[in-house]
Amino acid sequence: MKILRRNLVTLRLREALHGYGFIALWVVGFLFFTLFPLIETFHYSLNQVTVTAEGIRLDFVEWANYTRALFTDPNFIELVIGYAIETIVSVPIVLIFSMIIALFLNLKFRFKGLFRTIFFLPVIITSGPVIRELTAQGATVAPGIANTPAVAEFLTQLPRTLRNPVEYLLTSFILILWFSGVQILIYLSSLQKVDKSIYEAAAIDGASAWQTYWKITLPSLSTATLINAIYTIIALSHFSENKVIQYIYDQTYAVQGGIGYASAMAFLYFAVMILLLGIVYLFLAHQAKRERN
Amino acid sequence: MLFLRRFNLDWWKSLLFGNRIHSGLLFSVFLYALLIAIGFVYLYPLLFMFVTSLKSPSDLLNPMVQWVPTEFYTGNYEKAYRVLNYPNTLMASILVSVVPSLIQTCIASLVGYGLARYRFWGRNLILLLILATFIIPPQNTVIPQMLVYKEQGLLGSPWALILPALLGQGYKSAIFILIFYQSFISLPKVLEEAARLDGASDLRIFLTIAVPSALPAFIVSFIFSVVWYWNETFLTVIFLEGGVTTLPMQLSRFVQAYESLYPPGTVNIFDRLNEAVKMSGTFLNIAPMLVMYFLLQRWFVESVERTGITGE
Repeated sequence: MKILRRNLVTLRLREALHGYGFIALWVVGFLFFTLFPLIETFHYSLNQVTVTAEGIRLDFVEWANYTRALFTDPNFIELVIGYAIETIVSVPIVLIFSMIIALFLNLKFRFKGLFRTIFFLPVIITSGPVIRELTAQGATVAPGIANTPAVAEFLTQLPRTLRNPVEYLLTSFILILWFSGVQILIYLSSLQKVDKSIYEAAAIDGASAWQTYWKITLPSLSTATLINAIYTIIALSHFSENKVIQYIYDQTYAVQGGIGYASAMAFLYFAVMILLLGIVYLFLAHQAKRERN
Repeated sequence: MLFLRRFNLDWWKSLLFGNRIHSGLLFSVFLYALLIAIGFVYLYPLLFMFVTSLKSPSDLLNPMVQWVPTEFYTGNYEKAYRVLNYPNTLMASILVSVVPSLIQTCIASLVGYGLARYRFWGRNLILLLILATFIIPPQNTVIPQMLVYKEQGLLGSPWALILPALLGQGYKSAIFILIFYQSFISLPKVLEEAARLDGASDLRIFLTIAVPSALPAFIVSFIFSVVWYWNETFLTVIFLEGGVTTLPMQLSRFVQAYESLYPPGTVNIFDRLNEAVKMSGTFLNIAPMLVMYFLLQRWFVESVERTGITGE
C-alpha cells in the first residue's frame, strides 16, 4: 500500500515536471518580456526620467506624473473620455452587426462562401497606416450620409456631449464595421454548435421564427457575445491609430513629456480599459451564466 | 391539368413565401439584396481606394469622373512603387512577419500542449497569466524593452521581434496558445498513452503523434500570425526604427518619402503628390496580403470551426 502510494506521488511529480518542461520557455519569456517590463514601467511612472549619454537617470517624484495627467494636462483626460465614449458606442454596433451577419451566413444559400470571404477581408488588411490613409481620403464615411447638408445641420443642433459620439459614428461607420471580422466567425461557430433538434422541437410546437430567435438562438449565443465584447474592447484599445496611444507615444519622445510621464499615462489608460472590460463583463457575464445553468 | 395548377394559390404562396423545405423567392431576393447592400458598404473603402488609384491627374480634377476612370492610368503605381522602395520594403516585411510567426507558432504549440496534457501545480495561474498578456496594452511594457534593446544594440534589427517570439511572448501570442490548447484538449489521448507504454519519451510523443494530428491548428496559427505581424505598426515602429523598414512603416511616412524623391518646387503640377498616388501606395501595401488571402482563404474563414477557438 505504502509503496503504491509512493509510486503515485512520484508519477504525479514526474508528470508535473514534464509539464513544466513544456511551458518553461513561456514562463521565462513572461518574466523578461512582460512582468519585469511592466514593473519597470510602473517604476518609471513614479519618477522623472531623463535619458542621458550614459543611460537613464531617475528622480523620484511620487505621484506627480499621475496628478499631472489627471489634473494639469488638458489633452489627456479629453482624449481618454473620447476613447471611452467611442468604445461604448462601437461595441454594441460591432456585436449587433456581427451577429446579424453570422445569422445570415448560417443560412443555406448560394455564393455563401463569397460573402463569407468579403466579411472577413478587413481582418487581413487592417493596419494603422492603411486605415489612416483611408480615413484621410474620407473613404470610411458611410457613403452618402455624413456629407449631406441636412446631416451637418442636424449635428449643429445637438448638444456638444451628444454631438461627438454621433459625429464619430457617421464619419467612421465603416471602420467600426471593419472591426467585426473575427467576431462574425466566433458567432458563426457558436451558431453551428446549437443542437438542431431544439429548433425542430420548437417548430413542432408551433414557435414562429421570431420566438425561436429570442428564446433559442440569442440565449445560446450569450457566451459568444461575452467573448466578442471583450475581444472588441481589446482590439479597439490596442489599435495603433487610437488617439490616446498616439498621444502617449508622442509624449514619450517629447521634451516636456518624457518616459516617466508617458508611463503614468499608459497605466491610467490601462485602468480605464480594465474599467470598461469590467463593466461589459458584469453586464454580460450575468446573462451568460444564467444560460449555462 | 398542369396549366390549372399554375393558378393554384398554394403553389404561388409556396413559391413566394416558402414552405417547410424551401425558403421562398421573396425571402431569397430580400436576403441577396441585403447581403449585397451590406457587402457594398463594407467594401466601399477598398473600391474607393482601387478606383482612385487608377485615376490620372486630369481625372482627379474632373468632377464628372466618379467611379470609372477615363483611361487605364498606371502612373500612380509607378510613382508609389518608387516611393515605397517596394522590393526592399516588401522583403523586409516578409522577413519580419514570417520568421517571428514560424517561431511563435512552434513555441505556442509547445505551451498549448503542456497545458492541455499535463496536470501540475499552477496550471490555472499560467492560463490566467496568458490571458493577462493579451489584455496588457503594449505601451505598458514596451519602453523598458526598448531601452534594453538599445543598450544591447538590437534596436532596428529583426532580433528585436524574434526574441520575444522565441520565448512565447510574440505579438498576440495568447490567442495562438489558446488555439493549440483547445485543439490538443479535443484530441483523443489514446494514441499518446499507447506510445508512452511502449516507452516513447514525452518530446517524441509530442513530435510524432500530437503535432501531426494538430496540423490544422499549425496552419491557422501561422497564417494569422503572419497577417498580424504584417499589419502591426506600434511595436515595429518602436523596435525597428532606424533599421529595417517594413511596408506599413514606409507608408506612414509616405509624404516625406515622396517629397524627397519628387521635390515639390521642381516637378510639374502633374507630378505633385495627390490622393491617387497615396491610394496606389496603400493598395500596394495590402496587395501581398490580398494575394495570400485569396490563395488561402479556406484556412482563414474555416479556421474558427476547425480549431474550436471558442470552446467553452
